[in-house]
Amino acid sequence: MLDYIKSYLTSNLTPGSAGNMFWAFVYIVVIFLGLSVAVIAMNWLERKILAHMQVRLGPMRVGPHGLLQPIADAIKLLLKEDIMPAEADGFVFWMAPIFVVLAAFTVFIVVPFGPTHAVTDMNIGVLFMLGVSSLSALGIVMAGWASNSHYPLIGALRSSAQMVSYEIAMGMAVISAVMMTSLNQQGTGTLSMIGIVQAQQAQGIWFIFKFFPLGLIAFFIFAVAMVAETNRAPFDLPEAESELTAGFHTEYSGFRWSLFFLAEYSAMIAVSSIAVTLWLGGWLRPFPNLLTGAKWDLFFFLFPGITFLFLAGMCFYSTVRMPKHPLFRIQTIGLAGFGVVLGLIGLILFIPAVRERVQDIYWFSMKVAAFMYLYIWYRGTFPRYRFDQLMKVGWKILLPMGLGVLILTAGVGLWPLIQQTIWNR
Amino acid sequence: MAADPTNHMEPVATPFFFYLLGGLMLIGGVLVITRKNPVHSALALIVTLLAQASIYLMLYAPFVAGVQIILYAGGIMVLFLFVIMLVSIERSQRERQFNKQWVVGMVAATALGGLFIAVYTKGRGIFPEHALPAVEAQNTQNVGTLLYGQYMFAFEIASLLLLVAIIGAVVMAKKRI
Repeated sequence: MLDYIKSYLTSNLTPGSAGNMFWAFVYIVVIFLGLSVAVIAMNWLERKILAHMQVRLGPMRVGPHGLLQPIADAIKLLLKEDIMPAEADGFVFWMAPIFVVLAAFTVFIVVPFGPTHAVTDMNIGVLFMLGVSSLSALGIVMAGWASNSHYPLIGALRSSAQMVSYEIAMGMAVISAVMMTSLNQQGTGTLSMIGIVQAQQAQGIWFIFKFFPLGLIAFFIFAVAMVAETNRAPFDLPEAESELTAGFHTEYSGFRWSLFFLAEYSAMIAVSSIAVTLWLGGWLRPFPNLLTGAKWDLFFFLFPGITFLFLAGMCFYSTVRMPKHPLFRIQTIGLAGFGVVLGLIGLILFIPAVRERVQDIYWFSMKVAAFMYLYIWYRGTFPRYRFDQLMKVGWKILLPMGLGVLILTAGVGLWPLIQQTIWNR
Repeated sequence: MAADPTNHMEPVATPFFFYLLGGLMLIGGVLVITRKNPVHSALALIVTLLAQASIYLMLYAPFVAGVQIILYAGGIMVLFLFVIMLVSIERSQRERQFNKQWVVGMVAATALGGLFIAVYTKGRGIFPEHALPAVEAQNTQNVGTLLYGQYMFAFEIASLLLLVAIIGAVVMAKKRI
């Protein structure tokens, strides 16, 4: 048994490819917990950052700087009465949130946090991610219909129309990135998530910069389509609160509603990780081929620890700035304690054995985190689109652009071959 | 790529999974025609399609499975539900669910069942002697090479057909073009 567990550690494969059930299970549990923590953190960050963008303070009451607010929210949601409308279709109403959460979490078994840090590596990685994440549209439609109410039904209709239209533009962008894995080099392309990042490493270029500006345009199409795909502002028509109260989850409350919340945020993380894998070099650190050598390696290895130490420093700075009132004593101590914990994590990340294993995960998470910040930024910046404008952007701008990029990428990629044939004639 | 040929995995294509998925497909298929509520029927159809995708995976055809999930479960069924949701449930539930053509149905079912039994008992020569080597890692590439090489003509014909269908849909939906 112990040998079985240890045998994986020496292999250079993902647990799924090595066929090791134990480590696959460990990875699944770690990813599940990590995602839940990320969603909680994202909840706090979104409220805080949005508030600061609008010159407000945001949550300040529960815990220092509202740090415990998501936990308080979660407890409130779990204790809330779970209401089901009398005329609702019971079974479908009950299934919908579970379906959405399943679709949102299943996607993560192919997300490559590092060359070996994925549950498994599928030959059809990107296809699998796109397919399973498109299933969440079904869950939303089920929720909207089963509520047997007008606002949710309209929200569900909007959502399904929006997702089906933007999926096409998204697919075009993804195909042009997948084509880049095979062009201008030996062998064939690949759909596997790990293979795509390895292709970027082998070609020495992130696909966002390849065939400039074609990679950039494809990335832009994906970046717009993915916001629409996750029903986030400025494309959040399915839950437009000024028109449809809360859209497809109007009738949901308590735990079921929190499942929708969880699914929305993990879907955001999922599409961001597709974008990171396809265009931004996945787990690769900046300039992996240019800045090589022991010195640069050490320099980039130190980043994870420094990030955590920086966060700890922020905590201590805020601790000093806390009001010196007896009522704030517990909060001040709590904040200092949080800073100490973050600092300790930072110090642990400086240990050579740890930092070498963690750096892939760190760079991947940082890139995804940048996308998460962009999501919040969009929400704070752009007004909501009207539905006809949304359809116009999807069908009349993004789709033709995607088709054009696809053809041009194929043409530019095949150009050396074409040239050769003409010259040899 | 992680799937190197030296790494022999335990096959996932065990009889247990086959019977589980096959059972799911059958239950889903029966529910599609027996449920009175059209939305329930559509949801049962989704279960069938997903189980079918898993069976493709078991047959070492991951590309077909992925396409099945994207196109049928993620695309077509969403459009199906989109339309069905707008239909009044009360009216559709009053409608007759089965037509009374038992004789024709029986004949068709017997013919199909007879064909299956004939293939199962006598058709040993049709199938290869033993299972083909599972080239899971090359599946997508192989499908691509076949589609754009050997079956190029059929592929282009199919795409032309789809184009005609798209144009037809636009012509029928728009009053003034």
